[in-house]
Amino acid sequence: MTLGALQEEIRSAAARAAPLRLRGGGSKDFLGNEPRGTLFDTRRYAGICDYEPSELVVTARCGTPLAELEQTLAHRGQCLAFEPPHFGAATFGGCIAAGLSGPRRAAAGAVRDFVLGVKLIDGRARVLQFGGQVMKNVAGYDVSRLLAGSLGTLGLIAEASVKLLPQPPAERTLLLELPQAKALEAMNRWAGEPLPISATAWHDDVLSVRLSGSEAALRAAAPRIGGHELADGPAFWRTVREQTHAFFAGAENLWRVALPSTSPALALPGAQLVEWNGGLRWLRSGAAAEVRPAAARAGGHATLFRAPDKSAGAFTPLDPVLARLHRALKEAFDPAGIFNPGRMYAEL
Amino acid sequence: MGGAVPVALSRQHEVARALRAFLPERAVLFDEEDTRPYECDGLTAYRQLPMVVALPETEEQVQRVLKTCSALNVPVVPRGAGTGLSGGALPPGDGVLLSMAKFMRVLRVEPLARVAVVQPGVRNAVISELAAPHGLYYAPDPSSQIACTIGGNVAENSGGVHCLKYGLTVHNVLRVRGFTIDGEPLVLGSDAPDSPGLDLLALAIGSEGMLVVVTEVTVKLLPKPQCARVIMASFDDLEKAGNAVAAIIAAGIIPAGLEMMDRPATHAVEQFVGAGYDLEAAAILLCESDGTPAEVEHEIARMEEVLQACGAVRLTVSRDAAERLRFWSGRKAAFPAMGRISPDYYCMDGTIPRKRLGEVLRFIAEMEKKYGLRCPNVFHAGDGNLHPLILFDANRPDELARTEGFAAEVLEKCVAVGGTITGEHGVGVEKINQMCTQFRPDELELFHAVKRAFDPRRLLNPGKAVPTLARCAEYGRMHVRGGALPHPELARF
Repeated sequence: MTLGALQEEIRSAAARAAPLRLRGGGSKDFLGNEPRGTLFDTRRYAGICDYEPSELVVTARCGTPLAELEQTLAHRGQCLAFEPPHFGAATFGGCIAAGLSGPRRAAAGAVRDFVLGVKLIDGRARVLQFGGQVMKNVAGYDVSRLLAGSLGTLGLIAEASVKLLPQPPAERTLLLELPQAKALEAMNRWAGEPLPISATAWHDDVLSVRLSGSEAALRAAAPRIGGHELADGPAFWRTVREQTHAFFAGAENLWRVALPSTSPALALPGAQLVEWNGGLRWLRSGAAAEVRPAAARAGGHATLFRAPDKSAGAFTPLDPVLARLHRALKEAFDPAGIFNPGRMYAEL
Repeated sequence: MGGAVPVALSRQHEVARALRAFLPERAVLFDEEDTRPYECDGLTAYRQLPMVVALPETEEQVQRVLKTCSALNVPVVPRGAGTGLSGGALPPGDGVLLSMAKFMRVLRVEPLARVAVVQPGVRNAVISELAAPHGLYYAPDPSSQIACTIGGNVAENSGGVHCLKYGLTVHNVLRVRGFTIDGEPLVLGSDAPDSPGLDLLALAIGSEGMLVVVTEVTVKLLPKPQCARVIMASFDDLEKAGNAVAAIIAAGIIPAGLEMMDRPATHAVEQFVGAGYDLEAAAILLCESDGTPAEVEHEIARMEEVLQACGAVRLTVSRDAAERLRFWSGRKAAFPAMGRISPDYYCMDGTIPRKRLGEVLRFIAEMEKKYGLRCPNVFHAGDGNLHPLILFDANRPDELARTEGFAAEVLEKCVAVGGTITGEHGVGVEKINQMCTQFRPDELELFHAVKRAFDPRRLLNPGKAVPTLARCAEYGRMHVRGGALPHPELARF
């Protein structure tokens, strides 16, 4: 399918003010508020446009399966360093639009940190290009990073270029038995030392620490961390990244609570799994009313990530000034309000 | 450029009086002798006396300055240290220059959380100095880091020589507090890893002071690498040096720094600082590795292998910290060194895909002949960010005009090979015409729409960074080449 054909569909929807539900593999249908509108399948526009390993950049169309893209990169010893979760048959476009990053986020950065450029179809069906394929670019406002995590509310991310990194030559995972408070303290302390820690996860009084780098670096760092080595580290981190770990299997609501990494353990009922040196706390809890105020008190915010009932809104509400700016930006990109209406906030 | 725009004295007095209602006498300047120091930033070719300069000291005062200016419909231009190279802080002749120079306090350094909270007038280098006792530092290190402020870095999304591995300002700033043009308070970003809603922090960083005025910045601090060493590699051919850059990256190495200088550049800086550069070489590369001693040893050995395979004729590895700093001193002094060998110089800032480096260098050499001007080259080679420095003498007739023609052609070449007109210095007033080459009218129109979302009356740093379509049409008419108009669909004047 051509870009022109996608544009035509969007033009027609805009003319009728008919909402479109932008969707790739549907792996993140659960994310945000209930999707609305006519299904617009982004998988029809797929494929890698440009990949040159020595440039550390790949450009791909939105419908490219994420697994296929990562495989292509792995053949050349490179990777998406933000370790995006797939949660199923994810696409590249969905990965950028969802803005979710995996275990390596605290060490390497988030999706938005790696986005270099996008080709967008906006609400007037115009094809617009922002950023590019180069590492540094300050010409014009940084619209491409704004689109990372925009949940398709501003337009169709038809293509995106992202920065790549080499796969680490070696990895090992160490396990330590620590209560949450001690684990939080240790993760933050280590993050301030020049150690090759690429991921941390705490659950049920066990702290898992992944080291990535040259063999020499791992040998030097391992004694500083202590604990004992986990035999199949990659399998464990896959369960964290893809939320197939037993923690994620319960029936209770799953909250994603982002906090300053040094915040004390959340005093809320329910099981917790901590990632990103303490910056991300997953909470399985029947508690509803208390979660957002507790996160706000700690300087963070809480997202109702997986839940049968999201009538309270999936995301923490914005203050009036930010809410007004969001509405004004929505108007700038999508004046007819056709793209994923309500997915992020009811008024967007 | 610039000069006197006649401003009605009554208007000047009206605005000054309104600001004096809540600012002390010394914080509101309007006599020419007081406002003269603010007439330009680091791009001195453009000058304009501001109508009024305001120097608030508190967030509340900033808010009142903005509310006052907004109510009186007066343009406002924020300014940090004034080291910017694209005229982003060029004052409005009919407006208020809002200096953030008094916001110099470091509010706190939190070693466990690895953040520093600072006011925008704090100088870039000060943050790393204060973090050093905790084994931490702030990574972005623009060459002007001794003088430039973090507020200015946020406005321009400044880089430095370690960006490839450690990122730009946008990767190292977690949160800002500030105000809209109407004085509404806002917080963008968070002390947590992310915040709800759209990533307005990413949008604000690099917005050249056109969306918000920042009054507080929270930066990320990184652990200082245990050790760092740098290789100086000499090449007898520019293109071989360019290929070596790509080969290092292709080998799966992300150097902490990867810089290139051509022979005219090394000769200029060697006279100035005595960095010990190989003056025989057509180009030198500086390749830095940092990490644990074992990692550095391993990576330096791998880089030496690659450089040799790419035809390096000489390799010198820094033996100690002093020698490493000496190697870098030349690179960091490149701009002032040009000031010693030429009355004036003009610094470009294009970024290109690394693989097109050789081609663009050849193009620059052709332009030297065409315009009869010398142009030494220093690059952040790892990022593909070029800083060609055109040497000229503004006192000679037509040299500035030739320089501008030279620069415009090089920037347009950068766009043609898939790059950008500015990697880290910003568009400001300097490259506003080249924005018409890089972006199509629809894209520029969206930028204007983004601006309107924050500042519907276009009062905050108006006329910078994003050209009007009319301006592009005019520029197109002036610069028709080969009969091809950049935007044939636009009506011409």
